[in-house]
Amino acid sequence: MIKIENLKHYYTDADGNEVKALDGVTLEIKQGEFVAVIGANGSGKSTLARHLNCLLLPTSGRVEVGGKDTLDEKHMWYIRQQVGMVFQNPDNQIVAAIVEEDVAFGPENIGVAGPEIAPRVAKALAAVGMTDYARHAPHLLSGGQKQRVAIAGIMALEPKCIVLDEPTAMLDPQGRKEIVSTVRRLNKEKGITIVYITHYMTEALAADRVVVMEKGHIRFTGTPREVFSRVDELEQLGLEAPLAAKVASELRKSGVKLSENIITDEELAQALCQLH
Amino acid sequence: MMLSDITLGQYFPGNSLVHRLDPRTKILATIIYIIAIFFASAPLSYGILTGFAAVVILISRLPWLLVLKSLKPIWIIVILTMLIHMFTAPGEHIIFTWKFLSVTQEGLDMGLKMAVRLILLLLFSSVLTFTTSPIVLTDGIESLLRPFKRVGVPAHELAMMMTIALRFIPTLLEETDRIMKAQTARGADFSSGNLLERMKNMLPLLVPLFISAFRRADELAVAMEARCYRGGEGRTRMHELAFAAGDYAALTLTVLLAVGLAVLRWGNVCVL
Amino acid sequence: MSIALTNIYHTYSKGTPFERLALQDVSLEIAKGEIVAVIGHTGSGKSTLVQHLNGLLKPDKGQAAIDGVNINAKGTQAKAARQQVGMVFQYPEHQIFAETVFEDIAFGPRNKGFNEDEVAKQVREAMAFVGLDYDTFAQRSPFQLSGGQMRRVAIAGVVAMNPDYLVLDEPSAGLDPRSRNAVFREIMALHKSRGIAIVLVTHSMEEAVKYADRLLVINGGKVLFDGQPAAIFKEHGAELVQVGVDVPQVYKLAALLRQQGLELPEGIKDEAALIKAIKKAKGWK
Repeated sequence: MIKIENLKHYYTDADGNEVKALDGVTLEIKQGEFVAVIGANGSGKSTLARHLNCLLLPTSGRVEVGGKDTLDEKHMWYIRQQVGMVFQNPDNQIVAAIVEEDVAFGPENIGVAGPEIAPRVAKALAAVGMTDYARHAPHLLSGGQKQRVAIAGIMALEPKCIVLDEPTAMLDPQGRKEIVSTVRRLNKEKGITIVYITHYMTEALAADRVVVMEKGHIRFTGTPREVFSRVDELEQLGLEAPLAAKVASELRKSGVKLSENIITDEELAQALCQLH
Repeated sequence: MMLSDITLGQYFPGNSLVHRLDPRTKILATIIYIIAIFFASAPLSYGILTGFAAVVILISRLPWLLVLKSLKPIWIIVILTMLIHMFTAPGEHIIFTWKFLSVTQEGLDMGLKMAVRLILLLLFSSVLTFTTSPIVLTDGIESLLRPFKRVGVPAHELAMMMTIALRFIPTLLEETDRIMKAQTARGADFSSGNLLERMKNMLPLLVPLFISAFRRADELAVAMEARCYRGGEGRTRMHELAFAAGDYAALTLTVLLAVGLAVLRWGNVCVL
Repeated sequence: MSIALTNIYHTYSKGTPFERLALQDVSLEIAKGEIVAVIGHTGSGKSTLVQHLNGLLKPDKGQAAIDGVNINAKGTQAKAARQQVGMVFQYPEHQIFAETVFEDIAFGPRNKGFNEDEVAKQVREAMAFVGLDYDTFAQRSPFQLSGGQMRRVAIAGVVAMNPDYLVLDEPSAGLDPRSRNAVFREIMALHKSRGIAIVLVTHSMEEAVKYADRLLVINGGKVLFDGQPAAIFKEHGAELVQVGVDVPQVYKLAALLRQQGLELPEGIKDEAALIKAIKKAKGWK
């Protein structure tokens, strides 16, 4: 679905210094996959995300979406329709003052025939569980609800992939849960490819694969289990492993024989039970 | 808090007859009504205009309180207009004099009339914005402006700007409120001092507000692009505007109102 | 020394169709030197509540007083009382306005009427507290700093007013784990050295139990629970989940381990304490 080859993105900042936001990233994302990208602020994860639908273009290297190069201008609108993007601030991505009219914004832009838009909007709102709010004003919704409206706005474009750039950073725990479960459902039930950028480790647990970034590079990738058991490395990168993994790691350090791949509470409890 | 009291431009969702009218109908009807206001002269005309507005508000099933609240931001202007007319309009029947100021019967009439006109104007246009969702309203404006595109009126761009403005007014008001509170907690004073001092005191409010507005604009632009926005060319609409029977009826009624008032005012001259 | 709220009621948009009762009959006292975490889901009334602590919102009924002075009265005494309470709003970096870090932090002290020497002293101290080097940052534009640094500038701007009570609304929102921990380290240091009372409004139960010695759970505009975190979670865990408040991860893990027969004491509030308790229960060194 998405192929990234030796992607570099350099730019010059306000002080005139060259910043290597991405410095040689290679990654392939398969259709239907749920990939979480984690990394501290400034690790390049947002820059990476913006390359996936032509909001940014490579300084060198290439990004292909469905076999089409993002550098080729004639594919731009196709790629943006295929790869939707949800941003951090729920307020700053809702265009219209009524939910359903906002969701219709995307289909209207790509010229979907008038009568076909309403069914698309209804479907998209149903997919994120916001049908009852179709006629509401966005500014009166909770953060989680606004973010679901934003996802619906992308779903109405009928994309193959959704990239979410820290969608929960500004939400309360309730809103975070709403978004994680919505995203997971879209992935499982509709087969939408998900690229989920976050610094909440617990949210990355839902992914098939976790990509850890640092200073424009991919440090390592693996299943959530493989990644989150590397407690010390994560900490060095300014990231936090799940509590059970941290406790297990500390205990191992003081000589307790615990398995390397404990990441959930249950696993830790069971392992401790068997030890004497 | 004054900021949250501004209701003008806020949509009040509903499904009344008025809500369902085509936005173009409502915009045109509002314009015709405003013209009709300026046709009015005799008390009877004002009675008809008020009655018309009352019936429209009734049909639209808006809460009266809400509609009346839309007058709040302008009551000072209303009173000022009234006073200016009262004191400055020339007339012969002096009611009372105090030093160099004098109030005449004509001035009083004139002042009252102007006040009623302003109130009716605002009431009726509030009904327009209360019953029409901002985006539909903009659709209407865009559609009405489209014939002028050839002479260089950027209809789509104007409409898009209005949509965004309307969407973000409540958000920015909330933000203003928050920044004001934060600076108040740091000892800022927004309400005392002379004009110059006050302007200077507003800086801690305005600077962050502008920065935030620009940041929002920036992020919104990226989000719109990501959703395939590329200007008005080739754009379709979920709700294509279409006139229905009700629209013709409503427009006819409003035109009749305006004509009726014109006849009331100039009718004698014309007929005779 | 304390802030006391007595039978506070607050209604938003009173007399309009949008009228909403946000606080009803709230009474509580916050003593100087305490660390209180205020938790509750969005819309529970917790933001409304803390805005009554320094007169930003006035109660419809009831009284807010600091050491017996009604803070909503007129006059200099009430104003001085209000200014004893510093308030750091959510995303405080969005309220930065001045051209230099120094000028922004100096805003509060100047409004308080300090002379320039005192202002400079307060700014220096406040910057030291939030870990910003004076010589490096004082004359720089705050708008060119990183998000975490800007947040520190904003917090310093409140600290520089030398408050006795500091209210922080989600001070770690939107920061990555490293900056989050740094911000809290600084707040705790401030508490220790100046004896400032900290009122922490948060969604994160981890933060609440880790830092606070007292928990205020707000729900439906009322104080649902008020007491020690460990006791509240132990006695009312199920009710908390019902009102949308999560039990902290470390409590959950400890509870699970207890179920499995491990003898752990109550009130374990962070990872280090948990590890220690596990080792002790297992008889490991």
